[in-house]
Amino acid sequence: MTTLLIEVEAVSQEYDAQANKLAREILFLPIKHLPSLAAIATGNTPLTLRTAHLYYLTGNLSLTEIDRLAQQLLADPVMQKAHISTSSVKLTTHQEQYQEQIPAYIIDVFFHAGVTDTLAESVMNGASLLDIRGLEQVATGKRYILDGRLSETDVQYITEALLYNPVIQQYSLHRSRQEDFQTGDLQDVPAGRSQAQVEARTSANRFHILDMTDEELLELSKAGMLALDLEEMRAIQAYYREQQREPTDVELETLAQTWSEHCSHKSFKATIDYYEVDSAGTILKEETIDGLLKQYIMHATEQINPPWLVSAFSDNAGIIRFTRSHDIAFKVETHNHPSAIEPFGGANTGIGGVIRDVLGVSAQPIACTDVLCFGTAGTVGEDLPPGILSPHRIANGVVDGIRDYGNKMGIPTVNGAVLYDRGYLYNPLVFCGCLGVLPHGGHPRRVRSGDLIVVLGGRTGRDGIHGATFSSGEMSRELSARAGSAVQIGAPITEKKVTDVLIQARDRHLYTSITDCGAGGFSSAIGEMGEETGARVELANVPLKYAGLAPWEIWLSEAQERMVLAVPPDHLTDLLEICTLEEVEASVIGSFTGDKRLVVSYHGEVVADLDMVFLHKGRPRRRLEATWTGRQETPISASNFAALKENNLSVKNHSGILLALLCHPTIASKEAIIRRYDHEVQGATVLKPLVGKAGNGPGDAVVLQPILDEPTGAGIVISNGINPLYGRIDPYAMATNAIDEALRNLTAVGGDIEHAAILDNFCWGNPTDPVQLGMLVRAAKGCHDAAIGFRVPFISGKDSLNNEYRTSGQRLPVLPTLLISAAGVIDDAARTIDMSLKDAGNLLYQIGITRNELGGSYLAEVVESTTFEPSFPQTNVPQVDFQAARTRMKALGNAIRAGMIVSCHDLSEGGLAVASAEMALAGSRGIHMDIGKARHDISMPEDSLATLLLFSESASRFLVEVVPEQQHRFEAYMRSQGVRDFACIGEVTESDRFIVQYRTQKLVDLPVATLQSAWRREEVKA
Amino acid sequence: MTRALVLRAPGINCDRETAHACRLVGFETELVHINHLLRAPERLLAFDFLVIPGGFSYGDNLGAGTLLAKNLTVHVGQQLQQFIGEGRPVLGICNGFQVLVRAGLLPGQIVEAPDISHTKTPTQTCSLTDNASAQFECRWIRLAVQQSSCIFTCDAGEVIELPVAHGEGRFVLAHPRSLAQLQARGQIPLVYTTLESMAIGNFDAGDPTIPYPDNPNGSLGNIAGICNAQGNVLGLMPHPERFVNALQHPQRRGMVNGEGDGLLIFKNAFEYARQRERIVL
Repeated sequence: MTTLLIEVEAVSQEYDAQANKLAREILFLPIKHLPSLAAIATGNTPLTLRTAHLYYLTGNLSLTEIDRLAQQLLADPVMQKAHISTSSVKLTTHQEQYQEQIPAYIIDVFFHAGVTDTLAESVMNGASLLDIRGLEQVATGKRYILDGRLSETDVQYITEALLYNPVIQQYSLHRSRQEDFQTGDLQDVPAGRSQAQVEARTSANRFHILDMTDEELLELSKAGMLALDLEEMRAIQAYYREQQREPTDVELETLAQTWSEHCSHKSFKATIDYYEVDSAGTILKEETIDGLLKQYIMHATEQINPPWLVSAFSDNAGIIRFTRSHDIAFKVETHNHPSAIEPFGGANTGIGGVIRDVLGVSAQPIACTDVLCFGTAGTVGEDLPPGILSPHRIANGVVDGIRDYGNKMGIPTVNGAVLYDRGYLYNPLVFCGCLGVLPHGGHPRRVRSGDLIVVLGGRTGRDGIHGATFSSGEMSRELSARAGSAVQIGAPITEKKVTDVLIQARDRHLYTSITDCGAGGFSSAIGEMGEETGARVELANVPLKYAGLAPWEIWLSEAQERMVLAVPPDHLTDLLEICTLEEVEASVIGSFTGDKRLVVSYHGEVVADLDMVFLHKGRPRRRLEATWTGRQETPISASNFAALKENNLSVKNHSGILLALLCHPTIASKEAIIRRYDHEVQGATVLKPLVGKAGNGPGDAVVLQPILDEPTGAGIVISNGINPLYGRIDPYAMATNAIDEALRNLTAVGGDIEHAAILDNFCWGNPTDPVQLGMLVRAAKGCHDAAIGFRVPFISGKDSLNNEYRTSGQRLPVLPTLLISAAGVIDDAARTIDMSLKDAGNLLYQIGITRNELGGSYLAEVVESTTFEPSFPQTNVPQVDFQAARTRMKALGNAIRAGMIVSCHDLSEGGLAVASAEMALAGSRGIHMDIGKARHDISMPEDSLATLLLFSESASRFLVEVVPEQQHRFEAYMRSQGVRDFACIGEVTESDRFIVQYRTQKLVDLPVATLQSAWRREEVKA
Repeated sequence: MTRALVLRAPGINCDRETAHACRLVGFETELVHINHLLRAPERLLAFDFLVIPGGFSYGDNLGAGTLLAKNLTVHVGQQLQQFIGEGRPVLGICNGFQVLVRAGLLPGQIVEAPDISHTKTPTQTCSLTDNASAQFECRWIRLAVQQSSCIFTCDAGEVIELPVAHGEGRFVLAHPRSLAQLQARGQIPLVYTTLESMAIGNFDAGDPTIPYPDNPNGSLGNIAGICNAQGNVLGLMPHPERFVNALQHPQRRGMVNGEGDGLLIFKNAFEYARQRERIVL
């Protein structure tokens, strides 16, 4: 048996692109705290840095085989070289390369045992292609060779800040002068440890709960990470007392997963005693709510119930009709906790999970969406409590994780948003969406007794145990460490292969039901599929990544990339044949029965035997209390961005405000992120996320034309709306505005709100806190009223509660945030437009009414509160007039599809000023407009009025560009549809200037190039 | 009937739109999984056109295209050599380009006569490595079409536009002097270009590398695609299958008939394959 290390590095620094990128990243660190780095940064010789891949191989390999592996597989013959060292032969040449004038630091980073290592799997795969059979184990790592002039303290800081994450990795640090670092490395070989360290616990345990006191029940829930409350534990105790036996660990864990917030949405289904109270504590209104989900969200959908609705709230994803032959499925999930502690893996598996939701309704994934909320950029590590990663690192990791999964799956990432606010510092939010297309009626959901339970895709390991209960609880530093197993890295190629199998199996009708393995693993997937029939499972038939898992661990594992199918026995051979061809592992692990019991065995011994009715219906309904005290205490202009306020901007400095808004991180260009996602794969993206001649205009929505093989031009419009700042004042307004914004964006490209559906994603704090829940009730009411007002149904949704971080006795809840995602259908994707200005001489119309609505606005984020509050003592958070908004959007969408409008942008963050500036910079065209002509209902002095007309964020407004020849047709059409709130306020010009007047007074006169560079944050970077 | 084989493999993900492009121009098109091909490698020779589409074959962890290239070389190498030697067209897009390079099929040996050296295993002389930015990049770029022996780019006009989407598209050569040789032999049909050089009509490869983002990955000689000396094997990083109609262009610009620039490459392949088929018959 040989153990050897192969190190692969670039032949020249020029080709070490990763090192060059890392060197730039290092200079982003807070240099003032890193004296040795500061010295290098200011000196003449740049920082030296190299990277290499490490491969630890174990097996019976001949020298020729080792050489072939290195030369033909691991190193590119043109730009890489390999160094080989074995436990018996110490290669001096290898050491020589580090004998530089100043000994360098060598940092070797490896995954912990059990963390997915797709590179190692590729090496095994490649070795067998080269017909090298003796290779038994591979572990891969990354080596960083850092400048010897750095101090060891600074090297440790850099390592911990950028090179590794203790949640999934470990590292070793050496100086190259150390004679023994080579042998040291080899003693550290991580290969082989994964099994060795696993203790064998392969039978079920029983818990003795029948005689437990309440305290003991709660203690058991806490110690076992069950996340069940006392009522729930008592219900379980009562059930087993009736059964006259003690539960097994498998049973208790199954109940905990099925009853978790994540799987059962118990807070959204709870009965709520809701009180509205005034500041003195007097109750103004009292109400009992029969569940937020039922009374508000689902009720709205039932009321609207359009004919094209196929399925809402009954599957993993909502489904609507697309064309005569096809349906659309859409789902948006969150993956917040995992992304907070391991950003790459968290976002990576978040995407993987939501794609499986769409596969779980038999749809081919065709687009991903991502909305990300991070702490304020620029917050550095030492300002944060231990265990909290810096927003910069979280943002980089999350974006990279999304890129990795979406791009490798070949699913375009097309729509999203990125928000920065200190309210996300401790609780970053990662919303991942996926949209798919399936043949109409192509999703079977009829499990029959006798159908086989087939698991296919990835193997089961100890990864992700307790994910559902983990994500249903609050975070703290201790939990982050304990939860290591809840965080994983995805294997997108495995999921891609699974997708290829499933689409063929669907088209050949090989399964009767399908679901993904998500939170709760098999326990949730099989528990749900077999709810009406019953199921029997033999855990010994589950393919494992490594031996030694206890039965409950196999049953609960949340290992990624697994799907569960119900397969009639006579279809099994056909399914397995497809799996063999596509290189997907498939195993029969049980069958669906007719006894309505969930029976799980391990090597024949029954380890769980639960009544399906108790499992799914036995959870006592929660009763929660909620209070709403009106406007929140947070001052209206509590800006996150001290730097932006350094300018002491007055509310009358319109140019200054506009430029400050354009470089506000939430508004500024997201091009750097968007270009890392493949948004063109599948060839269906006919309206892109970045638009206009300048190539970086912020598109309002994307349009896909996904059906290639049928003569249809039908398109899907995807958009979103999110306004957490309004929620600081009133979550009701946040909800109505988010829906308005999602539909505005959809309308602005030519979407049709009469054939559109929406999804809700709530991210909130602890729902047992009446104040948090009061805000949630307000938001749910807003969702209900707006959905009914617009007659746009919810088809799916998800709540992520308990987004709170606990540190030194303090609760730090997330900024309550509601994301609304929208998907609409149009007959002809070609009849859509983008937001970039087209031609000089065209007319600009503001559609909609501007009101005194600066509450929660971005203006308030960038100006001094001492100037804001006296100028606008009575200003509101934007209110949505549903009737007027619906009429306007319907008419505008029609006008766009009829070709009356050449560009359109919705007015959102930063109001008319930002929208018009974005249209100008995207089209590289000038604007000359008089905002005095815009429709408004404000009676205020002229200078305040001008500020409002420019920056107010009143809902349901648009700026559109109309060719002069279309002017009469456009105006007449809008009037004929009952829309009167529009006015021509200016025109597109040939010049390169952006000019805004209020009547005769010039308010803004800036070159378009200046707007573009502010928006790119060029001066901020410099 | 002129038949196209669009190769599938674990992680290949542009196969559907690539097959669609083939069908649009007239090919009788079949998506064939590599594991099917391995069972009967001679099936390859029943086709007139081979496309290796984009994606992340086998995860691309060991350098893009490495494992698929190995798989093809080991199991279908001889048939592939014959396919190419007989002058049938082969197109590698993005990951497919990386595969052809890693299999040593591009830029390929200098072939004096079309039927020689089926036996010698080709070696890799150039590579496609991490973009200079070390980041994945998705954007539309301009390509200058150069004088070459490439059968895919004839009559393509001077400049075409296509999207790129890759993290490892930087073209490098083991011996930088080979650049002049490639150029002299007409093996560089496509180079990245700028709006400015379009205006002055100067797109010679071998110009100093144009800056990011026009050259999106830092490729030597601004090379976006190369062909073999015979001109029947083309590999390119940009995606012609993503621009087959005007609607797919960011400004919805297409040719007079509403077709996209990328379709030309498939049309040329079809015309060439059809004529070749006639001659052979």
